[in-house]
Amino acid sequence: MTGLAMRMLARDWRAGELRVLALALVIAVGSVTSVSFFADRVRQGLGREAHQLLGGDLLLLGDQPWKEAMSAEIARRGLAVAQSTNFISMAQSGSGDGAKSLLAGVKAVSGAYPLRGKLRVAPRLNAPDAAVAGGPQPGTAWLDERLTSALAVNPGDKVRLGNAELTVAAVLTLEPDRGANFFNIAPRLMMNAADVAATGLIQTGSRVTYQLLAAGERKEVDAYEAWARPRLERGQRIENLENARPEIRASLDRAQSFLGLTALLAAILAGVAIALATRRFVERHLDGCAVMRCMGATQGKILSLYGAEFLVLGVAACAVGCAAGFAAQELIAHWLASIIQAELPQPTVVPAVQGALVGLTLLLGFALPPLLQLKDVPAVRVIRRESGATKGSAVVAYVLGFGTLVALLLWQAGDLKLGMTVVGGFSAAVVLFIGLAWGLLRAASSSASMRFFGARNAAVRYGLANLRRHSRSNALQVASLALGLSAILLLTITRSDLINAWRQASPPDASNRFVIGIQPEQLEPLKDFFRAENASLPEVYPMVRGRLTAVNGKAVSEKDHPDERAKRLVEREFNLSFMEALPTHNEVSAGRWFDPKSRKEAEASVEEGIAKTLGLKMWDVLTYSAGGEPFTARITSLRKLRWDSMKVNFFVVTPPWVLEKAPTSYITAFRLEPGTEPLLDRMVARFPNVTVVDVSAALRQAQGIIDQVILAVQFVFLFALGAGLLVLYSALVATEDERRREAAIMRAFGASAAQVSGSQRAEFLVMGAVAGVLATCAAAAISTLLAQRVFQLDLPMNFGLWIYGPLTGIALLSLNAWLSARKVLSASPALTLREG
Amino acid sequence: MTAQAALLSAQGIGKTVKSGINDLVILQEIDLSVTSGEAVAIVGASGSGKSTLLAILAGLDTPTVGSVQLDNEDVFALDEDARAQLRGRAVGFVFQSFQLLPALSALENVMLPLELAGRPDARAAAAAMLERVGLGERLGHYPKHLSGGEQQRVALARAFVVQPKLLMADEPTGSLDAAAGEAVIKLMFELNAQAGTTLVMVTHDEQLAQRCGRIVRLAGGKIVP
Repeated sequence: MTGLAMRMLARDWRAGELRVLALALVIAVGSVTSVSFFADRVRQGLGREAHQLLGGDLLLLGDQPWKEAMSAEIARRGLAVAQSTNFISMAQSGSGDGAKSLLAGVKAVSGAYPLRGKLRVAPRLNAPDAAVAGGPQPGTAWLDERLTSALAVNPGDKVRLGNAELTVAAVLTLEPDRGANFFNIAPRLMMNAADVAATGLIQTGSRVTYQLLAAGERKEVDAYEAWARPRLERGQRIENLENARPEIRASLDRAQSFLGLTALLAAILAGVAIALATRRFVERHLDGCAVMRCMGATQGKILSLYGAEFLVLGVAACAVGCAAGFAAQELIAHWLASIIQAELPQPTVVPAVQGALVGLTLLLGFALPPLLQLKDVPAVRVIRRESGATKGSAVVAYVLGFGTLVALLLWQAGDLKLGMTVVGGFSAAVVLFIGLAWGLLRAASSSASMRFFGARNAAVRYGLANLRRHSRSNALQVASLALGLSAILLLTITRSDLINAWRQASPPDASNRFVIGIQPEQLEPLKDFFRAENASLPEVYPMVRGRLTAVNGKAVSEKDHPDERAKRLVEREFNLSFMEALPTHNEVSAGRWFDPKSRKEAEASVEEGIAKTLGLKMWDVLTYSAGGEPFTARITSLRKLRWDSMKVNFFVVTPPWVLEKAPTSYITAFRLEPGTEPLLDRMVARFPNVTVVDVSAALRQAQGIIDQVILAVQFVFLFALGAGLLVLYSALVATEDERRREAAIMRAFGASAAQVSGSQRAEFLVMGAVAGVLATCAAAAISTLLAQRVFQLDLPMNFGLWIYGPLTGIALLSLNAWLSARKVLSASPALTLREG
Repeated sequence: MTAQAALLSAQGIGKTVKSGINDLVILQEIDLSVTSGEAVAIVGASGSGKSTLLAILAGLDTPTVGSVQLDNEDVFALDEDARAQLRGRAVGFVFQSFQLLPALSALENVMLPLELAGRPDARAAAAAMLERVGLGERLGHYPKHLSGGEQQRVALARAFVVQPKLLMADEPTGSLDAAAGEAVIKLMFELNAQAGTTLVMVTHDEQLAQRCGRIVRLAGGKIVP
């Protein structure tokens, strides 16, 4: 029995009956597996890349020096270890009248620092920078741009720090783990840990933060974290990526959504290709099964024979697909190695299992239903060919198969909402496509259209009549074509729009300097200054420092919040602001933006992330203490912020009347183009109390990460594109046999070559136009949805899509009509008819 | 001729199908008995119901009324799978349109019924059978590379290779020219005689029908004298 199934497999394979199906499976499994493998590794890799924002894979912070046991354990586990000591101190340069001093954020680092990412330094101010390994040598210091210019030092000069004198060795331009919370930080002075004792600055009671960093194998890092967590003492905590910079987090989240989405799309498309290929296989085997029924094969025997044949094929194709997927992702990983920088972790076995399961489910879900038809073939078909198979059992099998596939894909995507949106959207699109295609094809072949287009041309008339005769199978074919085509349009034409929109989230002209501490009376002079400098006037926002004291009348305590970040947020002062209009880079995600004129009740709009962290809900009443004065406001809206926009953002915003009496300073952000740095010097000279924060390095870093992520995502696109092409091919060949037979009959009855090809051209032209228009609409709708829901971006209208989409449909089917006519015309009608 | 000695017998066979709002009577009141070793031709004009009768006699189609006994089994008391097994055991078929599987070579087409029956000597038996029908040199050829006459000879080999008790032939020369048709018929009767098979053949060809021992004429769905 198994032997016969194997022989049948070999025979069908030899006859080329299974090649399309096998290819569909290999591509399906290959794409799912490689996307999975790749996504898995890139996700891990990007996570690790993002770890450079911590300076290592794990960052421990404490207000006391770390005990030897804590760092020894890191080394014992084979992980790299580094330490840094952070404190604020006055840095001085020059002497006598020329002496300058500024409060600096000092960071003393051990040799191995940073464990992830690289420091970048420049030999002097405004000179090109380069990455360096490790930190400053003992006896030397690196000063950031702000400190270098404030102290007016050049490399080679000396700076004094406490009792020690250090030689300035370079300008520090990028510190990978420098946080974005620049409101509380002083300009940086980085030195070697060996020189700390000589400064004599660290005494009992000094405010010092001790950092302990670990990096290495993920498993070991996790194990160390689990080991260290219960050993943390008072004042010590572990920082993880979730707590790190939100703007980078946003990019990674988008990338993950996108990767998951692309994998989903590829898998579903592959399923459609498999369904189409199996349907063709079954149609070609109906007669053979009827003959086997005549020869005594029972239904069970036919089902088990073909079931075994497909199972063996499926297992083999899944194995090949997994191998292909693994090879493909190895290639990508190799190719991206220099770009991703972070060493990609080894792939796990999970993607292979996922790929194989998805492949087998696709096969069972989409191939079993048509196969069930084979067993139901009535034996009498050998005498009356029109006797078909019942289709009842197929519907149940399709539903079961589709359900299982959805469950698997949701497992793979790991995002229920996203997965359901895609699957639901896809199902709705299929139903809509079939309905619309049917209606449009019927309209195109209506008697009015026949009279109009077919009046003088019999071939066109015959072609249009064919549309009507095959309206159901044609509608199915057009829907499949539109499906494949929309995936291709989405992945080619609108892809660049999406990518551009994504890049715009952190555009190259984003602000790279923040100015804080502007006093109310300095507002007008500052505006005048910018006007006089012919620089574009930045938007200035009021800023009030306030501490959250109560929620709904209940005093807030850090003890109520187990989350580290929430604890710190509760301890610290917030930056609050007041304004009338919603800033353009903010979006209200719940409630409504307040009416600034209404004074009925004090209202507040809260950023949704911080609301979640602190457990705040709509309509909660917040009590803040700002400048010693308490005020309360009710949350009437939640806002979604674009953290990667590099614009001024506030956690809490109220209408002006609520806060305008509180002590207010102003903040702004603007872009300082290279070469215009002297403007900064003039501004600082004019407004000595304001603080300018350089975020250009952070901006570069954010943009770099977005670029890498985009590259990875684009490559993953290719697999979905392959699956889309396969659907297209399967849809095109789906009705090939039937058309060939019809054309052969036409030829046998004396139709000229021109008539045969003319009628096929007319039929395919209409089908191509319908498929093209449907695909274009779908691609436009999906990309708009993607942009809004996944990326929270606005997508500009792409006129090219509306031209290329329908044209691609027409061109593709015209080419197919030409190829198909050529095939029919080159074979003798007798041979075609004899082949049945 | 008694019912017990008959290999195939049909009683009161009627077949009615719905055609729009009307019932269309295809067969009515057919009684037929065929004894072992007999050769019976069912003749009639196109649309007389002869192919439907053959399908019912072979258990491929079901009658509206009546019963059929084949090899001592009440065909329509069996379920579809049991009928298939009965066919596999007792009946061989030759069709007008040959019904060879296009993806299989001549040898594999003949091997198929043996393989379905689980015969380990399928290859050798099929090759020997093809040799007997004069296609020993063409074992590896596919149907599309064989002439109509050759395809029907492969079909004959496939039908006889399982040594059926009953051969059902539906217009076996319907798709062939006169010469090829003659050659196929000659071969079919030879094989039939050698194997002692019972033959039931549907044809509209009077001359061909004359070669059978008995002719059953069908007109308007009824047996006529």
